[in-house]
Amino acid sequence: MNLNRRSLLKLSAATAAAGTLGLPTLAQGIEELVIAYNVNLPSWDPTVGPSAVNPTIQGLYQSVFDQYILQQPDLSPAPGLLTEWGWSDDKKQVWMTVRDGVTWHDGSPFTAEDVAWSLARAANPETGNPINFVWGTLANHRVEGNRVIADVAQFDPTIFKWMYFLTGYVLPKAYYEKVGAEGFEAAPIGTGPYMVDSFERNAFVRLKANANYWGGKPEFETVTIKFVPDAAARVAEVESGNSHVTLEMPYEEYDRLKGGPLAGVAAPISDIGMIFLNDIEVMTDPNVRKAAAHAIDKQAIIDRLLSGYGVKIDTLQTPEYDAFDASITVAYDEAKAIELLAASGYGPDNPVKFKIQTTRGFKPKDYEMVQAIVGLWRRVGIEAEIEVYEIAKHFELRAADQLAPAAFYNWGNSVGDPTTSTGFAMFGPSPHSVWDGEDLINMIGPLWGEADEAKRIEGWKAVDRYVAENALVIPLLQYVQPILHAPGVVVTPHASGALLPHLMKRA
Amino acid sequence: MPILRILLLRLLTTIVTLAGVAVIVFVVIRIVPGNPIAMMLPPGATEEDIARLTALYGLDKSIPEQFAIWVAGVLQGDFGTSITTRQPVLDLVLGRLPATLELSIMALVMAMILGGAAALTGTRFRGGRTEGAIDVANGMALSVPDFLWGLILILLFGVLMPVFHISGRVTPSLDLPFATNFYLFESLIRLRFDLWADIVAHMFMPALALAIPLAAIIGQLLKQSLKETMNLDYVTLARTKGYGETRVILREALRNAALPTLTLVGVQFTFLIGGTVIIERLFSYEGLGNMAIDAVINRDLPLIQGIVLLFAAIFTAVNLIVDLLYAVLNPRLRHA
Repeated sequence: MNLNRRSLLKLSAATAAAGTLGLPTLAQGIEELVIAYNVNLPSWDPTVGPSAVNPTIQGLYQSVFDQYILQQPDLSPAPGLLTEWGWSDDKKQVWMTVRDGVTWHDGSPFTAEDVAWSLARAANPETGNPINFVWGTLANHRVEGNRVIADVAQFDPTIFKWMYFLTGYVLPKAYYEKVGAEGFEAAPIGTGPYMVDSFERNAFVRLKANANYWGGKPEFETVTIKFVPDAAARVAEVESGNSHVTLEMPYEEYDRLKGGPLAGVAAPISDIGMIFLNDIEVMTDPNVRKAAAHAIDKQAIIDRLLSGYGVKIDTLQTPEYDAFDASITVAYDEAKAIELLAASGYGPDNPVKFKIQTTRGFKPKDYEMVQAIVGLWRRVGIEAEIEVYEIAKHFELRAADQLAPAAFYNWGNSVGDPTTSTGFAMFGPSPHSVWDGEDLINMIGPLWGEADEAKRIEGWKAVDRYVAENALVIPLLQYVQPILHAPGVVVTPHASGALLPHLMKRA
Repeated sequence: MPILRILLLRLLTTIVTLAGVAVIVFVVIRIVPGNPIAMMLPPGATEEDIARLTALYGLDKSIPEQFAIWVAGVLQGDFGTSITTRQPVLDLVLGRLPATLELSIMALVMAMILGGAAALTGTRFRGGRTEGAIDVANGMALSVPDFLWGLILILLFGVLMPVFHISGRVTPSLDLPFATNFYLFESLIRLRFDLWADIVAHMFMPALALAIPLAAIIGQLLKQSLKETMNLDYVTLARTKGYGETRVILREALRNAALPTLTLVGVQFTFLIGGTVIIERLFSYEGLGNMAIDAVINRDLPLIQGIVLLFAAIFTAVNLIVDLLYAVLNPRLRHA
């Protein structure tokens, strides 16, 4: 290296200019959209490993890869890579029509072979697809022209819904077989609206618009997604103009900034907050459970702790879900809670005691909500001890059916089907359920394979009513996702919670 | 000879230390609650699905069996495969190490400049208001943790006066011609000052946040040592020769007074590297610390093991270097 006076002067000048020249000037027209994203992207294969079932990453995947079926912002399905789909009359086969004229990011044509291969790969236990048990309900995938046919190994009425849910992505058969798993990880291609231009793990991904996208070329030619896990840093990113869009910040920050230099959109998403009740200890007493449910003023918690950003729910279905039934309600009724507890010999002077577990900071105001609930319970004669745990411990305890009598959790169900909300949360044999009552198992059991859709949905509504009447779980609220953005961008929120750059436009 | 003996002894203890760390981390992360399989269980998974996934990641074997497999791999340079990224652990940690080292070294240099300047100024104007002001500033720097300094710096130089970048290590739109991951050093070697300036603009705030508490410690200790040295006979002799106070401090007192500070800097440097975990997360800096947090959240056991082992190796290496430097600089040890 030859350092001389001139190069040292250049060095000094460059350092001094770093602040002004190196930073984006975002007040002007936006050429390159910059998004401060709240999570890192560990892996590019959307069908394998823990990332594949992480709901917060799906927006990144959906920018590059297409799902079999498109899911619209209101969660409803629409033609995507599959333009039509359905069952044979005897429900022994499924058929799917594949869209013509689609190309992969490397320019090669997308074909029905890709769909059949992706489905067969997902069904193969050796590939490590965590949803293998769903994809395994289809077998003998074959191509007939632009149609894919598969035999039904086990009837699952939700199979087409999974085609726009976790791991429901189509990958390029020829390319993947040519480059292998490592090659695909290094240079992933899909049919999605954006192509991966560069990727630095834990730092950013830079995307280029797919000019040949079947859904039309996205508005922004280049999108940089920075991975900024810290909420304060994300807010600073948009406040300083370093990024144009960010999401998931404290509601107070959202309120502070949305009316000022930034615009904001806050819409309900498919995530809910709930309290699991485990049928152990005092939770086997229906009076205790019902009192615990009636003693919670959900609207007050939403208003005071979440600045009003939340939707009160009384079942595990949000209004967007297929089995939502507005007539099922659990009223806030302190007097009734006291009466119920008194019937079991409890009261403020002789409180019923149990433990409630919660995360702290995993979801907005999770711990504070539980604190408020414990305060409300104390007034009616429930003395709950709070135990804070990590989300990883929650998963492990839940899978082992060892949760405390009460445990706060959030449940995501962007597919909107009752099987993936009430079904898996309340069906005893499921590793996600801690309620093992035979009565509920008997109610839910026949619904898994119910072929009549109307009857199936009505069946789930009946289950929800039974769950609410017996307080087998305490649903609390549907979360609202805050998104802050520069005034020059129009953001369309997606009810799944996925932040999708191709749905963003210039103002 | 004493230095060689120290070196051999320390290398031996380093191997034992790393082996101990390997055992502890391997066992502890398998005992603490939260396993990676539970983290990835989809709705509706059955017991068979759990067993299949557990076997797929080799977690169905006993802890001693898993440990034996892992150690055998490590001895052949195979640290396993990350569960979340599905990349070789060694590639991941070695890929991130340069970023963390550059950040730590920049923070150390900043701390030494700031702390050294504070100590020299305080000594030069000892007993007056300047020293008092420096003591107050030192106290403030010490009482605020590094992550809080990070937030303050983000607010000041990221939002109110947007001079530096808030997140990342380099501007994504830049084409990087680098052959290594030592971006800062390589940009200098290639005389790419545009890239160097961009990298510095990204590193400045996280490095300063790490440096401020360490600068305060260096400043306090060095000033104390300098003040004690200033009362020694040979310093008084220098004064009687007519040397000015600044020259006496810089030319006569500093060398002797710096020895205890050097030891402290070495020890603190390892703490500083530990501090990068939080700071890298705050500034979304793509180093080992940021990766470590993700690994812990996702219970990525092979990656946690790899990162902890690498951190342990760095700590012991830094301590070894400090001991050797001390031996070289200290005449009593050198000639013992």
